[in-house]
Amino acid sequence: MIEAVGPIKRKFAPWNDPTLKPFIRFENVTKRFGDFTAVDNLTLDIYEREFFALLGPSGCGKTTLMRMLAGFEQPTEGRILLDGKDLSGIPPYKRPANMMFQSYALFPHMTVEGNIAFGLKQEGMDTADINTRVAEMLELVKLEKFAKRRPHQLSGGQRQRVALARSLAKRPKVLLLDEPLGALDKKLREETQFELMDIQVELGMTFLIVTHDQEEAMTVSDRIAVMNHGVIAQIGTASEIYEQPASRYVADFVGDINLIDGTVSAVENGVATLRCAGVDATIQAETGKGEVAVGAEAGFAIRPEKVHISLEAPPAGAPNVLAGEVWDIGYLGDISVYRVRLAGGSIVKATVANLTRMVERPITWEDKVFLTWPADAGVLLLK
Amino acid sequence: MNKTTSWFNVTSLVVGFAFLYVPILILVVYSFNASKLVTIWGGFSTRWYVELVHDQAIMDAAWVTMRVGILSASFATVLGTMAALVLDRYRKFHGRALFSGMVYAPLVMPEVITGLSLLLLFVAIGFDRGFWAVVIAHTTLTMCFVAVVVQSRLVTLDRSLEEAALDLGCPPVKTFFLITLPLILPGVVAGWMLAFTLSLDDLVIASFSTGPGATTLPIKIYSMVRLGVTPEINAISTILISVIAVGVIVASVLSHRSQVEKEKAERAVFLGG
Repeated sequence: MIEAVGPIKRKFAPWNDPTLKPFIRFENVTKRFGDFTAVDNLTLDIYEREFFALLGPSGCGKTTLMRMLAGFEQPTEGRILLDGKDLSGIPPYKRPANMMFQSYALFPHMTVEGNIAFGLKQEGMDTADINTRVAEMLELVKLEKFAKRRPHQLSGGQRQRVALARSLAKRPKVLLLDEPLGALDKKLREETQFELMDIQVELGMTFLIVTHDQEEAMTVSDRIAVMNHGVIAQIGTASEIYEQPASRYVADFVGDINLIDGTVSAVENGVATLRCAGVDATIQAETGKGEVAVGAEAGFAIRPEKVHISLEAPPAGAPNVLAGEVWDIGYLGDISVYRVRLAGGSIVKATVANLTRMVERPITWEDKVFLTWPADAGVLLLK
Repeated sequence: MNKTTSWFNVTSLVVGFAFLYVPILILVVYSFNASKLVTIWGGFSTRWYVELVHDQAIMDAAWVTMRVGILSASFATVLGTMAALVLDRYRKFHGRALFSGMVYAPLVMPEVITGLSLLLLFVAIGFDRGFWAVVIAHTTLTMCFVAVVVQSRLVTLDRSLEEAALDLGCPPVKTFFLITLPLILPGVVAGWMLAFTLSLDDLVIASFSTGPGATTLPIKIYSMVRLGVTPEINAISTILISVIAVGVIVASVLSHRSQVEKEKAERAVFLGG
């Protein structure tokens, strides 16, 4: 059994408290490289002690945003505030933020100790204090035995820890993590994600992580900003982003999704009826906050795990039913993924948790099946 | 690899190396000749080396050459490293191609042209020809070689190492001395050795910029040869060849070893990762 260590995490939502001032504020920040706009008029608030993730595909501007906060790039327009102070014109070596680099950037000509002590020496700290702090940091990342080694004598996971210790040693107000776990294998990555969370709570720092791995962002962070082409597509907690995606882009980027296109034929009591000609079905979905007009083109988005797959036909005329045949089955152990081919030829995915021990599952290839879901299981996304 | 050696390959090897090294070999062998006549073998002796030490003119020339070499190699290393840094760091500035072309052009510029233009410059600005003129001229000659060697080292340097140092509160100049310089040091030292050996064996440019009291060894040898080849010249040439060979070997070992270290480190990452 794995023992639970570290403090208990409590509900934490400073972004809902209007009396709190943001700790980091990007104010109408634009960054252009020649003709290319990497970050486009972006405004973003991050609160103290928050673990904030910037999530997006490569080239979406997330790394540029972080590098502007670290001071390696200057915004073309707009400004960045840290703790109420404008950072423009302050060079990287005078900013109270430290960064953990994707390549770790460990100094190859220094030992592990030397690497961790480097930032403290620049501060002009006493040798005795430096030694204490380095020992503390080595203990934090469990590398006490490796103090005298050089980076090239360490494994990838150990190097990652040295990089983390080095960036934490100065107790920065903000820690920036640039794809920190990208080079680790899956098991180690998962372990390290939880360790990062513990360290963040323990030290009470604000963490900003840049990643293209949605699982990582969802695991570690309090809030996520999903970015696309230099703008923020959506900000929210992991569950907000997963359950209420604001756009097709977010729905598609975060997690697996089925998207079914149709035309709004009626709106009644906050429920829109969608006529989907392509798959010959009628779908009802909550309209949410936005206004939905009759005749509008819309898409219905539903996660595969919320689709119920059955061999028995539901009562005739019921909404939210898709008929098709099993095209493909993916058995993943804990779940099975059914790819169901609808009348029009499009594929809808449904996942089923494998709750019982069976070698032969009742639903198999080429079976005629019916896909159903509760009225509030999906989201209506306007074009 | 084919184990059976073909006659063609062996012949190529022998002929090629013969062309390169037979003249030098003869010079080296005859420097140990006991006879005073250059072309007649009179048994093994080191007497010419002993006589060399007592020849004040040659020793003076050797001392001038050493000083010129050390000074010009040091200046060239500083300037060449700076040029390499600029070329590596500022990838997109107007006229970069022109600038890098101009840094490398002296590599292929005929030495006579370089020497002549330096001579004209020294005359135009009224700079006395002599020791310092040779130092300046050799700095001009060798800095582009340093730039090439250092730049090849900089290309392999991870830029984020410097960013990490800045991020940890180290100002740029200090970052250069604490991080960048130690990591490119093998390249810088190799550049220095190369510049030193180039300065050591240069005759053309030195003869354009030299003046009274600043006779370098190659100039001295050349002027002695015009009065006839003596075994003493063979001896001094042998010493010069040895010094240059050691310099070149050290320079190439340094740049090779850093390459090997890098590969080893990468392999370790791959295996350990």
